[in-house]
Amino acid sequence: MTAPAAPIEHAQPVTSPGDALVVDHVDVTYRVRGHDRLAVRDVSFRVGRGESFGLVGESGSGKSTLALGIERYLPRNGRVSAGSISVNGCDVLAMGPEALRELRAKTVSMVYQEPGTALNPSIRVGRQVAEVFEVAGLHSSEAFERAEAMLAKVQISDPGRVMRRYPHQLSGGMAQRVVVAMALASDPSLLILDEPTTALDATVEAEVLDLVAGLRSELDSSVLFISHNLAVIAKMCERVGVLYAGELVEEGPARHVFDHPRHPYTVGLLRCIPRGGLRKDHGRLDTIPGFLPSPGAQRVGCIFASRCALADDRCRSEAPPMTDLGDGRRVSCFHHDEAAGLPRSTPVDLALPQRSGPPESVVRLGSVSKTFTTRGERVQALVDVDLELHRGETLGLVGESGSGKTTLARALLGLIVPDPGSSIELNGEPVAADVRGRNREELKTLQIVFQNPDSALNRRHSVRRLIGRAVTKLAGLSGEARRLRVIELVESVRMEERHLVLRPSQLSGGLKQRVAIARAFGGEPRVVVCDEPTSALDVSVQAAILNLLVDLQVAEQVTYLFISHDLRVVGYLSDRIAVMYLGRLMEVGSAEIVFTGPHHPYTEALVSSVPTIDGVPPTRIRLSGEIPSTASPPPGCVFHTRCPRVLDGGICERAEPPLVEVEPGHLMRCHIGVEELRRLQAPAADNH
Amino acid sequence: MAAYLLKRVGLSIVTLFLLSIVVFYAGQVLPGDPGRFILGPLAAHSAVLTLDRQLGVERPLVDQYWTWISGFVHGNMGTSYEYQAPVEPYITSAAVQSLKLASVAFVIVVPLSILGGVVAALKAGGPIDRIISIGGLSGSTLPEFVSGIILLEIFAVAFHVLPATATSPMGSSVVTQLDHLILPAIPLVLVLFGYVSRMARAGTIEALASDYARTAALKGLRRSVVIRRHVLRNALLPTITVIATQMGYLIGGLVVVETLFNYQGIGSLVLGAVNSKDFPMLEAGVLLIGVVYMLATLLADISYSLLNPRIRLGGGE
Amino acid sequence: MIPGRLSDTVGVIPPTEMRVLEAAGPKSPRTVSQQLLRSPTFLIGAAIVVFWIVCAVFGNSFAPHNPLAQQLLATNATLSGAHLFGTDQLGRDVLSRVIVGAHNILVIAPMATLLGTALGTALGLVMGYFGGTVDAVVGRLVETVLALPVIIVAVLFVRALGPSIPTLVVVIGFVFAPLIARTVRAAVLVERDLDYVAAAHLRGDKAPHIMFVEILPNVLPPILVEFTVRIGYAIFTVATLSFLGLGPPPPTPDWGADIAANYSVISAGYWWETLFPALAIASLVVAVNLIADGVESVLAQ
Repeated sequence: MTAPAAPIEHAQPVTSPGDALVVDHVDVTYRVRGHDRLAVRDVSFRVGRGESFGLVGESGSGKSTLALGIERYLPRNGRVSAGSISVNGCDVLAMGPEALRELRAKTVSMVYQEPGTALNPSIRVGRQVAEVFEVAGLHSSEAFERAEAMLAKVQISDPGRVMRRYPHQLSGGMAQRVVVAMALASDPSLLILDEPTTALDATVEAEVLDLVAGLRSELDSSVLFISHNLAVIAKMCERVGVLYAGELVEEGPARHVFDHPRHPYTVGLLRCIPRGGLRKDHGRLDTIPGFLPSPGAQRVGCIFASRCALADDRCRSEAPPMTDLGDGRRVSCFHHDEAAGLPRSTPVDLALPQRSGPPESVVRLGSVSKTFTTRGERVQALVDVDLELHRGETLGLVGESGSGKTTLARALLGLIVPDPGSSIELNGEPVAADVRGRNREELKTLQIVFQNPDSALNRRHSVRRLIGRAVTKLAGLSGEARRLRVIELVESVRMEERHLVLRPSQLSGGLKQRVAIARAFGGEPRVVVCDEPTSALDVSVQAAILNLLVDLQVAEQVTYLFISHDLRVVGYLSDRIAVMYLGRLMEVGSAEIVFTGPHHPYTEALVSSVPTIDGVPPTRIRLSGEIPSTASPPPGCVFHTRCPRVLDGGICERAEPPLVEVEPGHLMRCHIGVEELRRLQAPAADNH
Repeated sequence: MAAYLLKRVGLSIVTLFLLSIVVFYAGQVLPGDPGRFILGPLAAHSAVLTLDRQLGVERPLVDQYWTWISGFVHGNMGTSYEYQAPVEPYITSAAVQSLKLASVAFVIVVPLSILGGVVAALKAGGPIDRIISIGGLSGSTLPEFVSGIILLEIFAVAFHVLPATATSPMGSSVVTQLDHLILPAIPLVLVLFGYVSRMARAGTIEALASDYARTAALKGLRRSVVIRRHVLRNALLPTITVIATQMGYLIGGLVVVETLFNYQGIGSLVLGAVNSKDFPMLEAGVLLIGVVYMLATLLADISYSLLNPRIRLGGGE
Repeated sequence: MIPGRLSDTVGVIPPTEMRVLEAAGPKSPRTVSQQLLRSPTFLIGAAIVVFWIVCAVFGNSFAPHNPLAQQLLATNATLSGAHLFGTDQLGRDVLSRVIVGAHNILVIAPMATLLGTALGTALGLVMGYFGGTVDAVVGRLVETVLALPVIIVAVLFVRALGPSIPTLVVVIGFVFAPLIARTVRAAVLVERDLDYVAAAHLRGDKAPHIMFVEILPNVLPPILVEFTVRIGYAIFTVATLSFLGLGPPPPTPDWGADIAANYSVISAGYWWETLFPALAIASLVVAVNLIADGVESVLAQ
């Protein structure tokens, strides 16, 4: 028989008695201001013994609620209003307080997003880890020994010393390792991870994920991995469930779901992300039209219908049942067989202007340094940075914590005054180092879109006022001219006039960011700094904002300094990329070269640490140690303490290499020559 | 941490210095002619001038200030206009008396308000919480003489359970002295309770809502253990600082309570000095009060930095 | 967020979904007033305050006797039909004096608080926004003033300048300003680090604009709460000052002054002369706190 078995409608997940977790038709309701709101609706899935299951969703999807529901730790106004949850065959919802504590101590452990705050700041780390063993009944001294052993297991060097530390003395990565140690100390059957690495740097994230994967197989725990990052899920999980607005829309083996998605939402989501080296020259990212429904809204028919290009009347009136497609795949859609052919909502082609002639320099940063003095310690946030921005290009700026990329952007804008000796030139003319000393021409030329629109927009002002003020001060318009310009700006970011009277609290994240963009363009700037403009947004919204930025760049010939920790987004958007580490530029070059090589060893490691959805794992370059503190940078080349390609002979420890042009348009700061690097990195380059 | 403490002590000294200048100015310069005050409106002009010269009124202000402050530091606090005697013994005995009363109030209010705040936080949003919060707030804004009067009428007059004055007869035992001090201490307790319990409540709520409380609960720890071991020590840390700053209200309250209950403490002494325009007495009393307050805040800061690992140990690796 | 109670099955931190559900922006004045009118604590407090306001304004018209009229043949008379609250040492009707006595406190306290709030807000804005040297220097001055108990400072200045209504308003207002400045400064420090302030700098907006047009609207809620709490303390201070003899001079009816005048005879058994003014003060204080509690809980949601 070659034809696949007919899909079974109204299928239940197949459960076997050894399942670590069974979630069966669960509803979670919150009581908000007197009304019941359903945050999770009829969700069923199972996690088998030793299996790793990923739960993917954007904000409002209900994924965190589910996690807390499993531990029975919902806030006071939340409850599991229907269905059942069992862990290792025991019904969690029926448990009394004693049994629940037993469950938390021995069977289920949780690791969540912010490692720093998860630990009690007033108690030493060792004591907190030992507590887990004490709860299991061990005597205090034995608990301490086991705690130290556990810390060694999570690859913390010198665990004895770390045990005596307080949490604020640990770096983010170290703290998360401690939390993982605490979670695994009880040898749980089920480990729940809720966005465990979202707050960490890329290289640190890779380390922690590898650690979790390694330990999991050793301890045979099942894992429920919750994240909005599909790539991380693809890397870590065997099976995945996709949550949308509180409902499970698709489930199956991770590889299959990501390669051949069968729900229009999953299809749309995957198209939003720049995959496989996609660049803006190749075309726009696709977006998902419409808005996420607010949690708990009433719905009739399929929850995704209002945003789905395949939706018909049946979809809008009747909720599709969960259909079994065989091979462990389930989907909740009437049109699942057409999903792969989902029409694009955004046209692909983009008329990118051909850049002719030599690049015209718009901004020149010369020997920019910045030293902070806090409590007697000198911290060099920026060391001698020379950088040039060309007209109409996007320069991506990447780096981890302590790299100085945010400091550099703020110094360029004048929000931070750099050390004497630094120079900033705009169109060939030097500008005042302090923003307060700049004239209107200079101010309107250089603008910024901030990361967090809640912080960047004055929450007491209306949209009209927010944009209008920028137009008044930067463009110098008033009266009718100003009114028209405000409308023009609002429409250029694809919003409507009716939004003008609203305040930021009445807008979604994506809309708020559009207002921020409109405001930045108020005075027809030539250079716009984009400081992580999409990091605070959902994936589906991110694509729309990125497309908008590209369109505006084409229309206005604007230069972007694009800062992001998300390397795929930087790779998509940037023409050139600059890589920073501990306040120094390590490499500057075209996006292709920086990504594919030959490139700086740090860049190499950074690029290899990014998980991809595409399933072909690049050769992982593991970096040892933590990112050094900016207060005491290593001597010689600041990267040598972690560099896997450190040269014999000690030159890397003694002398800091200068930033030199190793090829036309490609600068690098490394003692290893570019030809040598080309040779060393050749096999790795093929995998990108 | 040593650097931090040194800085704090330095700042306190600066503030104290500024305070002494303000007090000196208010006392010496504002009221006008000290000679006239002492001798009265009917005295001969020449006699006033002679006295003024004796008192050193003609000298430059800075000189006068220096004499005064250096004298003060050595224990010579000037001569009272009213009693024509050194100020020092009056101030010292009054200070001791006030210390007794303040200690009684302190010993009662600190445990009570911390307990009240923590209980209110644990039952937040419920009726007990509202009662403690509103009651506390009302108590703290109720003038001491009002609560004092009401208490007097009930306990001393109507039911004769407690004495109506705070001053016990000479040579009374400790128990009798305490007996006299209970009633006057209560208005002070009421005033302090509100603010301290509010801080304890806020600190406890914040600690309960923290990530680390969640971690502790999800480890499988019993609720009481979570509260005792994890929540309380972080919740009560800020409350320590608050207790010290309440010294100001406590001392202000002493003025009223001592007047109402006929107690010769520093509060009634200062008030008497204000009314009789006895400036040396006034300056000495006010400066002493300022010193006590600064010491209290300094002590609080020191204990806070000792107890908070972030400050005690500084930054990370 | 309603603070949760910690139990074994109840968590306190809301997950992202809850935050999205509960997200509410700044409230319109209309919603605030609607919610206030539904809060029983607010209503009770408001009712009591309104009652005393009526007494303060119209007291002379409906008081049963002239509060200044001395009846030397009926001094220290106990409660009776003619004198519901008895008479004091000079034979004056206590009830009438209590009714009319509301006037002083209800004039001085709000005005002093208003003055203190205006000054304190300006001070706090400047200190919080400019930081650095300005903050350090002004901060030292503020700390100096705060080193002395409020009452003592008030006593000193009122005695020096002479007790009268304007003096009391100004002295109390100035003494409150540093306390309010502290709260405002803390709120401003938080706002100052937000990106919309940086955006204002990048537009070329100058300090006065940023302080008053950008930052001030965002710190209004804590200022409002502080204001309602401070009125309670203002009442406290006015009453205490008049008890200590620094209020408006006799024979004006004044709660604090009347208590001071008559408490020496408590042991003689004449309890009504001091108890009723004391209860009047207590009721006003509790009422104001109920209002403050209502406002705070509505704004905190």
